[in-house]
Amino acid sequence: MKPPRFEYRAPSDVEEVVGILTEVGDEGKVLAGGQSLVPSMNFRLARPGLLVDINGVKALDYIQRSGDRILIGTLTRHSCLENAAAVPGPLGRLLATAAHHVGHMPIRVRGTFGGSVAHADPAAEWCMVSVLLDAEIIAVGSRGRRTIPAEDFFRTVFTTALEPYELLSEVILPVLPDSARFGFVEFSRRAGDFAIVASSVVIDVGSNGIINPRVALAGVGGTPVRARSAEAVLAGSAPSAELFRAAADAAAGDVEPMGDIHGSSEYRRHLVRVLTRRALERAASEA
Amino acid sequence: MWVGRRLRRVEDPSLLRGEGRFVADVARGCGAIRFVRSPFARGRILSIEAPEEATVITADDLAEIPPVKPMLHRDDFIPVEQPILAKEQVTYAGQPIAAVIAPTFEEAEDLAEMVFVDIEPLDPVVDLDHALDETAPLVHPHVPANTVIDASLTTPGFDAAFHGAAYHVEIDVRSRRENATPLEARGSHAAFDPRENRVTLTASTQGPHMLRTALADLLGIPESELRVIAPDVGGAFGQKYSLAMEDVVTVWAARRFRRDVAWIEDRRENFASFHSRDQRYIVTGAFDESGKLRAMRADVRCNVGAYSCYPVTCGVEPLMAMAELPGPYDFRNYAVRSRAVASNACPIAPYRGVSRPVITLTLERLMDKAAARMGIDPVEIRRRNLVREFPYTSVTGLVYDQGSYVESLDRSVQLVDLERFRADQRAAWEQGRYIGIGFSTFSERTGYGTSAFAARKMDITLGYETIDLAMDPSGSVEVRVGASPHGQGLRTSLSQLVADELGIDPKDVRIVHGDTDRTPYGWGTFASRSMVVSGGATKLGATELRRRLADIASETLEAAVDDLQFHEGKVLVRGTDVGVPIRDLARLAYHRSDKLPPGEEPGLRVKATYDPAGTFSNACHVALVEVDLETGAVAVQRFVVVEDAGVLVNPMIADGQVHGGVAQGIASALYEELVYDSDGNLLTTSLMDYLPPTIAEVPLIEIDHLVSESDATITGAKGLGEGGTIGAPAAILNAITNALSPLGIEVNETPATPERIQKLIRQAQGAL
Repeated sequence: MKPPRFEYRAPSDVEEVVGILTEVGDEGKVLAGGQSLVPSMNFRLARPGLLVDINGVKALDYIQRSGDRILIGTLTRHSCLENAAAVPGPLGRLLATAAHHVGHMPIRVRGTFGGSVAHADPAAEWCMVSVLLDAEIIAVGSRGRRTIPAEDFFRTVFTTALEPYELLSEVILPVLPDSARFGFVEFSRRAGDFAIVASSVVIDVGSNGIINPRVALAGVGGTPVRARSAEAVLAGSAPSAELFRAAADAAAGDVEPMGDIHGSSEYRRHLVRVLTRRALERAASEA
Repeated sequence: MWVGRRLRRVEDPSLLRGEGRFVADVARGCGAIRFVRSPFARGRILSIEAPEEATVITADDLAEIPPVKPMLHRDDFIPVEQPILAKEQVTYAGQPIAAVIAPTFEEAEDLAEMVFVDIEPLDPVVDLDHALDETAPLVHPHVPANTVIDASLTTPGFDAAFHGAAYHVEIDVRSRRENATPLEARGSHAAFDPRENRVTLTASTQGPHMLRTALADLLGIPESELRVIAPDVGGAFGQKYSLAMEDVVTVWAARRFRRDVAWIEDRRENFASFHSRDQRYIVTGAFDESGKLRAMRADVRCNVGAYSCYPVTCGVEPLMAMAELPGPYDFRNYAVRSRAVASNACPIAPYRGVSRPVITLTLERLMDKAAARMGIDPVEIRRRNLVREFPYTSVTGLVYDQGSYVESLDRSVQLVDLERFRADQRAAWEQGRYIGIGFSTFSERTGYGTSAFAARKMDITLGYETIDLAMDPSGSVEVRVGASPHGQGLRTSLSQLVADELGIDPKDVRIVHGDTDRTPYGWGTFASRSMVVSGGATKLGATELRRRLADIASETLEAAVDDLQFHEGKVLVRGTDVGVPIRDLARLAYHRSDKLPPGEEPGLRVKATYDPAGTFSNACHVALVEVDLETGAVAVQRFVVVEDAGVLVNPMIADGQVHGGVAQGIASALYEELVYDSDGNLLTTSLMDYLPPTIAEVPLIEIDHLVSESDATITGAKGLGEGGTIGAPAAILNAITNALSPLGIEVNETPATPERIQKLIRQAQGAL
């Protein structure tokens, strides 16, 4: 469990990062918090020829508001988002809840938001949140900057739409209206483990029932997914125990989970049903 | 009195400051060894190709080293030989095939990747039930039915007692494979001294002398050409008692290349080092109308993997199960068949508790099931069956010394307020919450001496312990012990024993261990033995030294020996303030031997050996759990232990043993499982897949101690290192079963994972 030989560079600005990535192509790998990459290298599952350490690129570490959007710099540490006041309104509470589920404290202090999204673990909190909220993911390359919708970004396990010469520089999330409510529920065997299944929901209850329901799931396949049928069940209906059960059933019907030693396909589908209902109940009771 | 005090551990300050010295701290600047391991569970080795000029060691290089052949002298045992490096065939995934040596561990890993081993895979047999199937491949051609031990016994009159009983309750219990998972994996550093033609092996081991003997025997060298040092060892739990093939290669390479080399096992390798558990017990209890157990029939099957561990052999699991299955219950009719079954899985070696976690799980599930069947309270059925009079001779001939089996159960009932819990439980059930309580009463055989080990019929009979004890001219005491503690705090607790005997401060006692050049031959630390056996020897030695000091003092003080009192570093004439500092007596013994009483030898050195028959601790564990019916998740809300390990030399250390043991028991009950696929690939190779519980999953453990006065040991102390691990799985599975009793679910498999429990729930609900 020692990594193969690799080169290491630590550029100080984005332009330089992109320049190096362009120059080395497939050989390069961006090192942010290193909480997944370094263990993968020790297991020799990842064998980058060159590590491009962006921890010195301070310009990538920010949380900013721009109109009705929140911009999260790629180098933002998980722990910065644990404070619900870091981002206004229900979005801040949602991010704080999700952040608290990320690994253990030492991991949260070092690991980064952008690193987690770029790593694309199908059970990762930030990947699910990105899909839940239709995040825009900003990639910067030598040919400039492009915006990738979250649902297009995640391709399969550990695989994204990022090109080898691109740096994930920012994730943009929509500010949620004050009337929005969220539920975020994970199931894991131990505190701090990756979720076997996670379910997250955002609902806004108006006079004509639920508006803009969002349901996203993690741990059910190669990427986090939206449970569209569950959203359809919820839209326009008044919240009730029966409605939530029906939506949870629909969510379970939306997925065809892959089984592994942590949970069979059948058990994961069962968990989707249980956790989605719980996430909805939590959203409905959120103050 | 120092015995009985919660003295802080002398071991801790250096460990806490990062000043510990582990084998990896020693292994710097030497040749780095990396093993090339089999990617297949079973297959034929066709060829091994390595880069030219690389230092690669294969079985051909080790032709002069005989295979390891752990022996039991029993007719029902078929010995199995293990080559140091795989020869012609591979028998489990992870088996070492070749070793490379490079300047750094990184480069060694690079080089190992470049060694190409062409293997023709063969169908393996991995699963216990499959291995016993008539059509299963044979792991070793000379072992029919893959059964390396097939032991049985039936007491006279068994059939009549069994068939004549009013109730027959059957239970089928399964434990899955586990890893001991010490914080520090294994490793060794061999330093070659050309001047003395001698190797100093620094190894992460529990038994340095045993390791020296094994290595010298295999390499065909006198033991004097080898020194084994156990430095700080970061936990072992049994895994570091058995011989690692890698250590043989390390010492061989140091001698062959006349240089220093080291092997430092990584976590992934450790997951395929030695496994544990993987047992199935099918037991039928025959009870009379009153709930008294009259007879028991048992079929015990232990998957022991590809090879037998040295020195204790793969017989340790089935033979212990056969002898100790009766546990703390009194019955006189017993029929048992107990098998060790070979498979293409990693070899099994003792792990904290050995068979007893599964023995206890089986018995305690049986008691609860029988109680439910007969409409008796689970506590009451235990009261009716627990042994009460001592010494008690079990149906298999084991003699239990004084214990508190019934008392520990009664005390537990009181501590958890059982009546109130039952009321809370009824209310919870009505609200759709599933809380449960589970009891586990058990005996823990500890301090096995020569007579106990001789009954196993191993090639090597372990058992006694020897100490060398000396007071130097400055009055400080050094005790050299054959035990090899690695986290047990034995340096602290032995010093307390010596301090009381000699009336000195424990600070003035130094315990030396873990070095074959400095300590008397001993068996090391394992099987909850060190406080009993090494502690006994230490007490004997200290008593002898006291006698010597008293003789000298008697002359100096002109007082009768019987009138002398050892107190706070002085020998005093009782009832007076006349006395002499012990330090002065020590100086006299060395430097003024002309003044010694006639016949008294100069100096103050004694040797003592202790070899008890063994002693039984006992305990009752109670778990209170809540089961999430929807997910199957179990939360342990309370865990209560009433333990009786006799005299506690250091109750803080004893509590620590209980805490750690229970945590590992919770691990067995709910979390840890090594998973193989049907091809024999180990799927759990990291701590993301194999799940030791963390502090978040382990509740506060409430401990109460009872103290039975037993004359089975001269210190009054009994062992307790394994009890936590032995009792906890049964308590937890009983609690889960109790919580789910409205659904009629029985949980008889460990670990009781959420998915397993949820599946049982859905079956009970008719959803599956």
